[in-house]
Amino acid sequence: MPEINNFTMNFGPQHPSAHGVLRLVLELDGEVIERADPHIGLLHRATEKLAENKTYLQNLPYMDRLDYVSMLCNEHAYCLAVEKLLGVEVPVRAQYIRTLFDEITRVLNHLLWLGAYALDVGAMSVFLYCFREREDLMDVYEAVSGARMHAAYYRPGGVYRDLPAQMPLYQPSPYRNAKRLTELNGNRQGSMLDFIEDFTRRFPTYVDEYETLLTDNRIWKQRTVGIGVVGPERAIQLGFTGPMLRASGVAWDLRRTQPYAAYAELDFDIPVGKTGDCYDRYLVRVAEMRQSNQIIAQCVDWLRKNPGPVITDDFKVATPPREEMKTSMEALIHHFKLFSEGMAVPAGEVYAAVEAPKGEFGIYMISDGANKPYRMKIRAPGFPHLAAMDEMARGHMIADVVAILSTMDIVFGEIDR
Amino acid sequence: MTDALENLRQYLGAALGETLRNARMDRGELTVELSREGFLAACLRLRDDADCAFDLLVDVCGVDYVDYGDGLWEGPRFAVVYHLLSLKHRQRLRVRIFADDDLPIVPSVVDIWAAANWFEREAFDLYGILFDGHPDLRRILTDYGFVGYPFRKDFPLVGTVEMRYDADQGRVVYEPTRTEERVVVPRIIREEEEGRYNARN
Repeated sequence: MPEINNFTMNFGPQHPSAHGVLRLVLELDGEVIERADPHIGLLHRATEKLAENKTYLQNLPYMDRLDYVSMLCNEHAYCLAVEKLLGVEVPVRAQYIRTLFDEITRVLNHLLWLGAYALDVGAMSVFLYCFREREDLMDVYEAVSGARMHAAYYRPGGVYRDLPAQMPLYQPSPYRNAKRLTELNGNRQGSMLDFIEDFTRRFPTYVDEYETLLTDNRIWKQRTVGIGVVGPERAIQLGFTGPMLRASGVAWDLRRTQPYAAYAELDFDIPVGKTGDCYDRYLVRVAEMRQSNQIIAQCVDWLRKNPGPVITDDFKVATPPREEMKTSMEALIHHFKLFSEGMAVPAGEVYAAVEAPKGEFGIYMISDGANKPYRMKIRAPGFPHLAAMDEMARGHMIADVVAILSTMDIVFGEIDR
Repeated sequence: MTDALENLRQYLGAALGETLRNARMDRGELTVELSREGFLAACLRLRDDADCAFDLLVDVCGVDYVDYGDGLWEGPRFAVVYHLLSLKHRQRLRVRIFADDDLPIVPSVVDIWAAANWFEREAFDLYGILFDGHPDLRRILTDYGFVGYPFRKDFPLVGTVEMRYDADQGRVVYEPTRTEERVVVPRIIREEEEGRYNARN
């Protein structure tokens, strides 16, 4: 019998379960992980350096491209930071719209995570179901901003425009007959809020469907229970936030503990796990989807009853209404200055964070009074999570590496920035 | 919230003594500047003292102040900024420590907050700030074999090298970049009192 030494294996950068471009160097003893060394930076675009060379408004669309499955939450953190530096007030309706879209984003993110996680662990069908529901929410994104993913809808001072009065309809096409068309447009007859409300009524059944497939599934439990356990003290020490921290039993959620936007007015629960293994992280995220659905319903209700402005009337920060620009010289000058030179932001430094679906997404911004940020640091939740990969994977089998990596909800847009 | 931070500011003034250079409140956020002597002891105090309890290290980042205010900056060039969070008191604290210009080196806090590991590697990679006592100070985000510290203000935005496939050699080659830097919107700081402004790239 020959002596078997440890050997090193490359996982990625092109691996279907690497969730993008991760090169993971694994040192193995047989099939057991001795050391995992993630090599990141393959998607490094130096967003922070680019931000130093662009005006505050030009930087906004870059935020979508960081964590490209929770686009509007990133924009929210950026807008909060700029607003804090400027000291502008955001209209209440805009805050509710932001809350609504943050939660829609959370559902979008968790659906993608759930589908991809199930796929990584070996359950194909969940992926298809999750993408069915994502489609409806992407349509909402499209209706409000014109883009299905990179919305650029939040602006410093509010949101770009009010919600549309009519949900866009499917148009006749040679590929679908009249019956199918009526069926597709069935819940799109009213406003966008009607469509979202219809979605919130349907969604709990959908979550039940995923749970039927997974929660008590014997194979699912074998793959996730007791895998990648992190205790509460260790999770805090490792800088975990979001569902990763809550699954370890720490009840910390910025929406509740340091509320922003309209979260202080809304009624929702914070799901907390017990053991801090992959299964608990799954349960926490599924419970979060149900809670998000409740928040969405409450926001829809409030937004129906309370019309009002959706962006600040401080024209040094936000553009004047287009009608005004046709007649008022001053409005035209404001518009021109905003889109050529950009807004001047007072000197100072701020840190603003939101509870993004993956954890605490923060923007640390230093301004020296110029029309561009002097330094912008993006605090991505996935970064410390992936840093804990070595610790979480040690002693597990190769197959568990995929389960652990996937449970962190890794997206390289935000980790590499 | 702000009152609690004001109390914390008073408390830190007494607790940290000489190590605390200054503590400022701005826009409802507390920033303390610590000296390098006694920095680690002060960090340990911030984590373990029941009145501080900053148990979660949210972020560590490097800052290059060389161009700040277009030449107004007089202090040291490099700083490391730590963002701390106390889950118990629901408070945040920003800690800043300056490093020397020639050989920027600060003590590593990996032993106090394990989360600092990758954040410090990142600050080293992008700014060339060294962390004394870090167990594994390798580059993290830039390419294998990368030269220079890309986030320093004197590093060009377009970079120094570009990469292409060379058919003759049958491999990918690196060459000095031919891309020219283009400024669409100049950087402007308006000086309100004088009604004039200075434009710079």
